[in-house]
Amino acid sequence: MQMDNFTFGITMLLCGMGGTLVTLWIMSLIMEALGRLFPYKPEEKKEK
Amino acid sequence: MEDAIIKGLLGLTVGFQHLLIDWRNVIMILVGGVLIWLGIKKDCEPLLLLPIGFGCILVNIPLSEVMMKDGFIRIIYDAGIDTELFPLLIFIGIGAMTDFGPVLARPSTFLLGAAGQFGIFLTLLLALALGFPKLEAISIGIIGACDGPTAIYVTSKFAPQILGAVSVAAYSYMALVPVIQPPIMKLLTTKKERETIMEYKAKPVSKTTKLLFPLVITVIGGLIAPKGLPLLGTIMLGNFMRESGVVERLTKASENEIANVVTLFLGLCIGCTMVGPAFIKAQTLIILALGFLAICLDTVCGVCFGKIMRVVTGGKINPLIGAAGISAFPMAARVVQKEGLKYNKRNYLLMHAMGANAGGQIGSVIAAAIMLAILAGMGVI
Repeated sequence: MQMDNFTFGITMLLCGMGGTLVTLWIMSLIMEALGRLFPYKPEEKKEK
Repeated sequence: MEDAIIKGLLGLTVGFQHLLIDWRNVIMILVGGVLIWLGIKKDCEPLLLLPIGFGCILVNIPLSEVMMKDGFIRIIYDAGIDTELFPLLIFIGIGAMTDFGPVLARPSTFLLGAAGQFGIFLTLLLALALGFPKLEAISIGIIGACDGPTAIYVTSKFAPQILGAVSVAAYSYMALVPVIQPPIMKLLTTKKERETIMEYKAKPVSKTTKLLFPLVITVIGGLIAPKGLPLLGTIMLGNFMRESGVVERLTKASENEIANVVTLFLGLCIGCTMVGPAFIKAQTLIILALGFLAICLDTVCGVCFGKIMRVVTGGKINPLIGAAGISAFPMAARVVQKEGLKYNKRNYLLMHAMGANAGGQIGSVIAAAIMLAILAGMGVI
């Protein structure tokens, strides 16, 4: 069935904005977790 | 004999005759000249505007065969734009050039990179309201990603007929970020908010985190939006090579030779889509206006989200950094730093803004990927 422009636009707006925000939020949580799992050690600076 | 000479000489004037027949070609040759002038005199994205302007002149010379079947630019266009290869190669270079350290140090700034993409979807809605077909509206909205390669990738896939207008809008407005953003930032914030000092404590990130970041983002992003994996995968590949530190030659080739050659070809091809009769119409002006609006809306949404974060954190966030949540890297972060200093001489927002800006760079790719996933889910593509 062909979707009308209004339904299409609102779906894109809600799913798009929501999807982008949720995806980046999940990614920020993963980055937070990575930072905690693998914290920076001062020795790394010496190695460089 | 005389007849043959006259005919031969007349053959030399055919180009001029055709030039007089369609005035739109003349206008587009002038437009090409203006783009070149902007690139050289105003230093406005010269790497792109120079080849775009020259391509625009080339294709509008009457009887020019550069974009005909077997024309030299048509061959490049078919190989790199039709196949969506050029934007992806550029992305490897962008990934290789970008340090995601600031956003890894403060992952919360990633969210500002999401808010900075909302203009895409609001503009899409407006374009639909103005009567643009669905896939053209998608391509117009994507100008709001403030990210040339993403805009080219999506537009060449779904609405190649408006590729010229979308690309010119995307790159021109990216260059105009320092002019577009400050008035909006001032309008949406109070003096007290603008003067908020954000302390910066250097927070180093481990090599393991930097290495795992592109891999994890690729897998998670690919699972959420597989249609956008080429965009996300290439930018992350470039960054992975950079952070691995063991393929310096490949990293350097990606950010220099490959990116430079592709930029030249990409610019020429975009310029050659700007054929007078197809480009000079009211629709082009509407696309340019909507593109401008998209970037304004990105800034509005970013600053408003910054205000929300300020409330949530009890006033610790300066909402100006929200304006850096767009993909124009590092230009938007510099604008925030400059504006912050304007209102408080002790306020150094640069590193916070860099986090939001790096988030905006990934955010624009994620937004495009999400868009493609939703379109696929709805059966539109």
